[in-house]
Amino acid sequence: MQSLPIITLADLKSGESATISALKAGRNINARLSTLGFTPGVMIYMTHNYGHGPIVVTVRDTRIALGRGEAQTILVTREKE
Amino acid sequence: MNLYHEFRQRSVSNGIKKETLSIALAGQPNMGKSTIFNLLTGLNQHVGNWPGKTVEKKEGEFQHNDHTIHLIDLPGTYSLSANSPEEIIARNFILQEKPDLVVAVVSAANLERSLYLVSELIVLETPLMIVLNMIDVAEQEGFTVDAKTLQAAIGVPVIPMIASRASGVRGLLDYFDQFIEGKLEFFPRLPQISADHQYVKELIDQLIDGFVPDYYPKNWASMKLLEGDSEIYDILKSVLPLERWETIDDILKQHEDAGLAIASGRYEWIERNVRAAVNRPKLGQVGLTDRIDRFATHPIGGLILLAVILGLTFWLTFSIGTPIQEWMDSKILVPLGSLAQIWLIDAPAWVISLVVDGVIGGVGAVVTFLPIIIIFFAAFGFLEDIGYMARAAYVMDNFMHWMGLHGKSFLPLFLGFGCNVPAVMGTRVIESWPARILTILLAPFVPCSARMAVIAFIAPAFFGRNAFLISWGLILSSITILMIVGVILNKIFFKGERTAFIMELPLYHIPNLRSAMLLIWQRSLSFLKHAGTIILMMSIVVWALSVFPGGDLETSFLAQIGNFVAPVGEWMGLDWKLTVALITSFMAKENAIATLGVLYGRTAEFGLLETISMTYSPAVGMAFMVVTLMFIPCAATVAVIKQETGSWKWTIVNIVLMLVVSIGAASGVYAIASRLGL
Repeated sequence: MQSLPIITLADLKSGESATISALKAGRNINARLSTLGFTPGVMIYMTHNYGHGPIVVTVRDTRIALGRGEAQTILVTREKE
Repeated sequence: MNLYHEFRQRSVSNGIKKETLSIALAGQPNMGKSTIFNLLTGLNQHVGNWPGKTVEKKEGEFQHNDHTIHLIDLPGTYSLSANSPEEIIARNFILQEKPDLVVAVVSAANLERSLYLVSELIVLETPLMIVLNMIDVAEQEGFTVDAKTLQAAIGVPVIPMIASRASGVRGLLDYFDQFIEGKLEFFPRLPQISADHQYVKELIDQLIDGFVPDYYPKNWASMKLLEGDSEIYDILKSVLPLERWETIDDILKQHEDAGLAIASGRYEWIERNVRAAVNRPKLGQVGLTDRIDRFATHPIGGLILLAVILGLTFWLTFSIGTPIQEWMDSKILVPLGSLAQIWLIDAPAWVISLVVDGVIGGVGAVVTFLPIIIIFFAAFGFLEDIGYMARAAYVMDNFMHWMGLHGKSFLPLFLGFGCNVPAVMGTRVIESWPARILTILLAPFVPCSARMAVIAFIAPAFFGRNAFLISWGLILSSITILMIVGVILNKIFFKGERTAFIMELPLYHIPNLRSAMLLIWQRSLSFLKHAGTIILMMSIVVWALSVFPGGDLETSFLAQIGNFVAPVGEWMGLDWKLTVALITSFMAKENAIATLGVLYGRTAEFGLLETISMTYSPAVGMAFMVVTLMFIPCAATVAVIKQETGSWKWTIVNIVLMLVVSIGAASGVYAIASRLGL
């Protein structure tokens, strides 16, 4: 298992960590997300994901609530155990 | 990998010779910026709007040694891009008004994220200081930040503070002194654009040279263009020769990813600066915020908690506020009326009537609602300050989606239970314009405390012991109607447009009491100002309609209007008196009772309640309560709807909407209730 599969942020389960690999929303949403610290290469922790509705992630010590739609535009790779 | 070259620019402040210096407070939301502003200025502050914008502007002054310091609280912004009106205001203030100093407030508990704004401020010419606030919250979450190390890394003064406990103010003032005396040395390390985009930026620098408006640094303008900044884009497009602009536009199209690269570059600069300053001794420890959030943001637990908190807020508001209101009504307003009658004994009868019935009756009624509103503001402000409100928005997000809105719209709507005026103003937190308009249109459907008071007064007349159940049912129904209207409006006007939901959940923290009190004071004052002026005018108008032409209510213009619209009233089972009561509720909702009091007061030997219950059937009572709950927004609310939407079109849409829905619902209720034999 050299390269880990790329999944979206919405696929992470509560308590899992990942690294952001790309932002695939439109230009405006990308700008807002990157301002808040969602930049490629940064570690992101899934605080709450109940499988439906909005999620809460922790990025750079900040908890941010995201709509599921927005979370699906953020590509991540899971951290290896 | 990005190549990153170190770049420092040495500068020494020359000192300030003039007597007044202006300092701008900048910072992201939830950094405690307002608390610091309140600590420094106290009551000596002025709240208004930024010119031409519906964004709150706070300014204040304080004396420090021989200087007057004029402090401007810039709107809380995450960055200096043109994503929102707040961001445009903040950056244009710094670039065009050129304050002597910018103080950036950052939170030790969200250090990297909050330094993002600093990475944008530090490249501007204005000298910069950093206040490192919320050191206590960082410790509560399990880490420490060393201000001295951070200062050495960034190269501008970093002043540690715990604003909620008023600690660190002395240190900040000392730095102001040193700045004024010219003893401070700035040695900022500036963030650089990554090497792979450096050449593009230089190219654009050359192309825009000579065309950038004076107040925008050229270097900054080209950076903003690359970031995809809409305001700078439009400005330069309008001033550059077409050919040259097309070249630039092509370059920008080829480098759409530059915005992300620039943001990443800034975060690299931040990571470099904080690396040595942050110490995490207890890695992996679960902080207070996460422990509370396990429950507070749980899809079921969170809703239960929200319901309990809302219930408590209502209970507190009405169990403390309502008795005070009744006390003010009977012990202040009534004696005041009698007193005015004695004072004005020699005045013409119409003057007495104007003062007693018009001014004291109308404006007084609204003023007595102040205790309820203050308690509601206090509870709301407290929940906001400790960081809970964002969680409420989060757990309500699913429900708001049905209306094409997201969680953030819940906050102003909730505020509407106290009073619709702050609810409409509170929609400023919503970024997207369609979502904001929709929330404004829905806000008047939230039954405010005045309408709930009318219901609470009338329900016992018809339903005795079941009054509470009936009132509760009515309020729940009006919320259901709000949601149905929201779903329909979203389909018709906004074509199901969905806006992005991105919201910070701030760390829980204990707020500063003094600052919280100041906020309540300001909100109450602005409520009084907004409501007071309009209601005074409307009181006089309605009073005039009720006495002219003959001086008798039964033949007045008001009665004529009542008779004119009586056919519509009949659909709901209302006679002209109830219809008039409904119409006067436009001035202030509680006027419905006041008007009935005037209409029945003189003839009855029974109390108003008994008279009403003997005159009307429960079906009529029910229909009257339904229509009162959802009738056109009161005058004060209409005024703020016009102010916030900036358009008469939306204001009228809102009025017509409420009119149709309320009359429709009440007619339906009347038809069903009379069928059932009520």
